[in-house]
Amino acid sequence: MEPINVSKIQAYLDDRINKSVYIHLETTNGAYASHINEKAYTVGAFIRNAEVKFTNAKIIENNHVYRVGLKLEIGWIYAEGLTDWTVTEENQLLLAGHDREGRLMVALQISEQPFSN
Amino acid sequence: MEKHVVVIYPHPDDESFGAAGTIIQYRKQGVPVTYLCGTLGEMGRNMGNPPIANRESLSEIRKEELLEAARVLDMEVEMLGFRDKTLEFEDRTKVATNLKEYLDRIKPSLVITHYPDHAVHPDHHALGAAAIEAVRMMDKSERPVVWAQAISRNYTEVLGKPDVINDVRAEIDTKLDAIYAHKTQAAGVLSQFMQPGFSQEEFKKKVANNFSTEQFYIWKYND
Repeated sequence: MEPINVSKIQAYLDDRINKSVYIHLETTNGAYASHINEKAYTVGAFIRNAEVKFTNAKIIENNHVYRVGLKLEIGWIYAEGLTDWTVTEENQLLLAGHDREGRLMVALQISEQPFSN
Repeated sequence: MEKHVVVIYPHPDDESFGAAGTIIQYRKQGVPVTYLCGTLGEMGRNMGNPPIANRESLSEIRKEELLEAARVLDMEVEMLGFRDKTLEFEDRTKVATNLKEYLDRIKPSLVITHYPDHAVHPDHHALGAAAIEAVRMMDKSERPVVWAQAISRNYTEVLGKPDVINDVRAEIDTKLDAIYAHKTQAAGVLSQFMQPGFSQEEFKKKVANNFSTEQFYIWKYND
């Protein structure tokens, strides 16, 4: 993956407005978080292959923190802390936030076909 | 001597961190070892440092890493095809039945798995419980011995002294080779042993010490 490129990502998002797409949304601090540090909490959530249409989509940079918001007809999809991006051979947009050790903390991915199981 | 050892863990790298020394010892004795690996660790957060994988490419990369570790450990590997983080939500009997098919075919004399509820990761608890159930479903006269591995912070306080305390210091170099075969995972997992001011030598020594013993409880079936 490469460091976030706002204009290219915005163009990808614009191309998919009002189209049916599949979303992978995830955040995690690792299944071992409270094992490695007793005071930490183990927290994680993911959704894989939610089928949605978004009417507005924006990527925003603020003090080197990147956020993406997708407005749906009846709700929102949101991710903060994104650092890197790539587009796969299948034309899937992968956005991820990595910590200093390269570990994934948050991911928002968009695909026109379902993500593999 | 064991006839055949089957290791049942959910993630590529569980075998190397948890039981590589024991696996190497059995292979040195000429005992066949088969690793039944539950998932491909698709949801791991370690992507390598710097990252060499992403969420969508991770499974294929970890599959290659698993095959490389299997080569280092000179063992067979079978991939069960479940998805990382979801094992505890699968039907327990279905997972156990799936495992039992492998056990019926391989006919191991020893099964190594995780100790349910004392193995930190939800997949470890779930696959350990399914493995224990799979052996329970077998005819009593045909059941292999089951060694269950606990890794929680306080397991000896709760479960007492492990039945099997295996010193694997003689195998540590090959064990570390197997761990480092998991390129995307090794550095991230091992970084917890790095302390401020540690030299590379001190770090290596700490890692080697930490992984020089492999402990198991012999599962007791009450029927």
